[in-house]
Amino acid sequence: MAATETFIGQPVLRKEDPELITGQANYIDNWTMPGMLWMALARPPYVHATIDGIDTAEAASMPGVVGVFTAGDLELGALPFVWPITEDIKVPVHYAMASDKVRFNGDAVAVVVAETREQAIDGAEAVAVSATELPAVIELEQAAKDELLIHDDLGTNSVVHWSHGGAGDQSIFDSAPVVVQERYAQPRLIPNAIEPRGCLAYGVPAMDEWTLVSSTQIPHIAKFTLSGVTGIDEQKLRVIAPDVGGGFGSKLNVYAEEALALGLARKLGRPVKWIEGRRENYVATTHGRGVIHDCTIAGTEDGKIIGMKFVELADMGAYYQLLTPGIPELGGWVYMGPYDPETYWFEFTGIVTNTTPTDAYRGAGRPEATYVIERIVDTFARRIGKDPVEVRRMNLKPAFSEATAAISGLSVDSANYQATFDTALGLVEYDKLRAEQHDRRERGDTKQLGIGLSTYIEMCGLAPSNILGALRYAAGGWDGATIECLPSGKVLVKTGTSPHGQGHETTWAQIVADGLGVTPDDIEVLHGDTLITPLGMDTYGSRSVSVGGAALHFAVEKVKAKARTIAAHELEVSEDDLEWGEGSWHVAGAPDKAKTIPEIAVSAWHAHSLPEGTEPHLNATAVYDPPNFTWPGGAHICVVEVDTETGATEIVKYVAVDDCGTVINPMIVDGQIHGGVAQGVAEALYEEAIYDESGNLTTSTMTQYLVPTAVEVPTITTDGSHQTPSTTNPLGVKGIGEAGTIAAPPAVINAVIDAVSHLGVTAIEKPASPERVWRAIQDAQHQQVQSGQGGAA
Amino acid sequence: MTTVSVTVNGAMREADVEPRTLLVYFLRETLGLTGTNVGCDTSSCGACTVLLDGESVKSCTLLAAQADGRELTTIEGLANGDELHPLQESFRRNHGLQCGYCTPGMLMAAASYLKENPSPSEDDVRLALEGNLCRCTGYQNIVKSILDAAGSMAGAGGGGA
Repeated sequence: MAATETFIGQPVLRKEDPELITGQANYIDNWTMPGMLWMALARPPYVHATIDGIDTAEAASMPGVVGVFTAGDLELGALPFVWPITEDIKVPVHYAMASDKVRFNGDAVAVVVAETREQAIDGAEAVAVSATELPAVIELEQAAKDELLIHDDLGTNSVVHWSHGGAGDQSIFDSAPVVVQERYAQPRLIPNAIEPRGCLAYGVPAMDEWTLVSSTQIPHIAKFTLSGVTGIDEQKLRVIAPDVGGGFGSKLNVYAEEALALGLARKLGRPVKWIEGRRENYVATTHGRGVIHDCTIAGTEDGKIIGMKFVELADMGAYYQLLTPGIPELGGWVYMGPYDPETYWFEFTGIVTNTTPTDAYRGAGRPEATYVIERIVDTFARRIGKDPVEVRRMNLKPAFSEATAAISGLSVDSANYQATFDTALGLVEYDKLRAEQHDRRERGDTKQLGIGLSTYIEMCGLAPSNILGALRYAAGGWDGATIECLPSGKVLVKTGTSPHGQGHETTWAQIVADGLGVTPDDIEVLHGDTLITPLGMDTYGSRSVSVGGAALHFAVEKVKAKARTIAAHELEVSEDDLEWGEGSWHVAGAPDKAKTIPEIAVSAWHAHSLPEGTEPHLNATAVYDPPNFTWPGGAHICVVEVDTETGATEIVKYVAVDDCGTVINPMIVDGQIHGGVAQGVAEALYEEAIYDESGNLTTSTMTQYLVPTAVEVPTITTDGSHQTPSTTNPLGVKGIGEAGTIAAPPAVINAVIDAVSHLGVTAIEKPASPERVWRAIQDAQHQQVQSGQGGAA
Repeated sequence: MTTVSVTVNGAMREADVEPRTLLVYFLRETLGLTGTNVGCDTSSCGACTVLLDGESVKSCTLLAAQADGRELTTIEGLANGDELHPLQESFRRNHGLQCGYCTPGMLMAAASYLKENPSPSEDDVRLALEGNLCRCTGYQNIVKSILDAAGSMAGAGGGGA
């Protein structure tokens, strides 16, 4: 029987969970093989140094050590960098191991292979490096002076400059009635997937066939690029992403260790495994953010925003990883936010420093943009003495349901910003809060109330391949899906996306179940293996459901079209006489004359009587290249209490109203919002990668880098009532993986500033630690006393 | 080498290990119980939480030798045969997990805590989870799952491991 229940829009429990709650998941560190060796990297205790010599003799003589290898010993090409965003970009040469210079804490100079994990680590510690230390170049503006070069051959540390080119009359920034300029710094963040990275390479030496199992978000991109690095023929290389314990962008990369494991397995003819330690993760896995913006907003006295201009310095780190300079560029298209300025400008300069390379971190470019937009809009409101709600209301673009040109040059699929904002204001009881804030201020309470707004947009669903090409990205943005209707009535789905916690197995099953008239329990979703799902572009940039899910929709349509041909043949009617409904093809007006997909699947399989020219299977593959990005939007409001005596901030209320288009599984969408907001709150209040003057990462363990616990993260109120369908794809979906991380940081910081703005505080940077808030209050009061504007509160 | 003899999930297990072997690697690599995960090297994340004589411990903070002669429960032993522990049911019902990597540690920490305090408040649960990091869920549905499980366990007259 066909299922007539509808699953899209339902909180279907996750198909993924049974193995995860019983300890039966298959993360990379659970993989083992006969004859398997372990590798460990020697990362010398230098930040910036010329290598004089590498002595591997002692390491080589250690118990269990099979070999010690330095850069020249393995025939590996440069690591992949696929986004040379300008014609004249300077690209640092980046190999798996450094041979001339150490350029950051995580640079490796040798790799030790041994029989056990511990022996490999012991061996790596025994590698002796003699080097001449150089001063570390850590600060962006210091690096930009080029007094000391990170890469001598490039001739400068300012390796890339990208300008949007702007739109509108730029002279407005000199002539507008109100012009506000501010500088905002956003510190580096460490992604902190709870599962560190790791990989296992194995193969059949005589056939030169190799498999890499890696804790990665991007098995498909890894296969193509690692084929290039290692010289393994692409058709003989398979990459498997097993169960992956979180990514957040940090596993959207192709790393030295993956190339080394493959190179060593190939050289030694034995499986080679590597598992990252947490300290190693903090220096050798990509960081996020690390930018400084000079921001200008031009407007009228009554609050209309006329122009927005952002000039950014972006820390690339010591090398480019896969996408590094593409991250700030990705933000370059959303600096108007949900507003409607007449003039737009964005440019950035990428600078190399002696630090871990930056790359995508949940939101990738868009959180950096949203933070500065929402900060400067609030500053503008304060400057003209208006409520930030009023200024936003005046400037939010009116709703539209067809793709509409944005001033940044792309086309926004659909939007209803005002509606999400109104709902958020209602949920948080804005007017009541303002009254409460007024009373507390009047009373001079120690704990002051702050209300922070963030109305945001995203650019998701990466991405139309032609646009990626125009932006000089090396790959496309399509994705693939295959549906196999098995003769038993069950369905196999193969997707090119590669989830690591997002619940694709469940969401994809809901899409196919509705499409084919079966239930999610009838469906198995396979992913993350280039041999099983060869057509894929993986998971990042909130792309999976709007590209991979849409591909699934088209594969469903292909299956249904073929099923219709077979059904018509079996029912001895014309295809035109058939209608789809209630999970089957039936004769119009005669619903009992019907064939379900499971029934047609078995006919297609035994093939006893198929229409002429019909191949005996009921399978279909579709590859979908989106015509546009998707553009979620929404409003987050954070309410904080700030203790004016200690500077401590407590979030007392958090409301998230996100419009991510059609929702397939509201339970999973809410979970994505919770996690995203938690990361955004962490960014606003706790997390910061700190380097000392000599370039050592001082926040080098989880005891120093403050990943928040259940005590710090607030309860988040979500609202899924706004689902403006995307016009980009037939499902109407937009994506939700990054919304929380994009929207939350300015909501929180705006709230903290709002709580103490009556004391004269106009700016507090991330993370708003108690010390930073306390100092801001002290400085503001000191200034007020000096300028004779009043006493202490 | 040191001989370590323990009862794990009800079964006697014995093996010779290097004295420096941490309990978590003894469980994972010597005994093949890979459900317990390793997430950090500073006892910060709690992914490796197991029960030692019924109380939660971070198995990366102990040497295998320190568990000699004692009783261990790992995630593999939390269910009663085919019958899931109320916490396991509840985590699934409330979407208390995403990537799942912290989940075994969360479940073991919660199982231990609910024995100490069978009817906790939300704040109690949040405080009890302080030693366990999750990067996916924002904790909200983990807390909800534990409160829900506490409710169902009370309804069932206590129950659980």
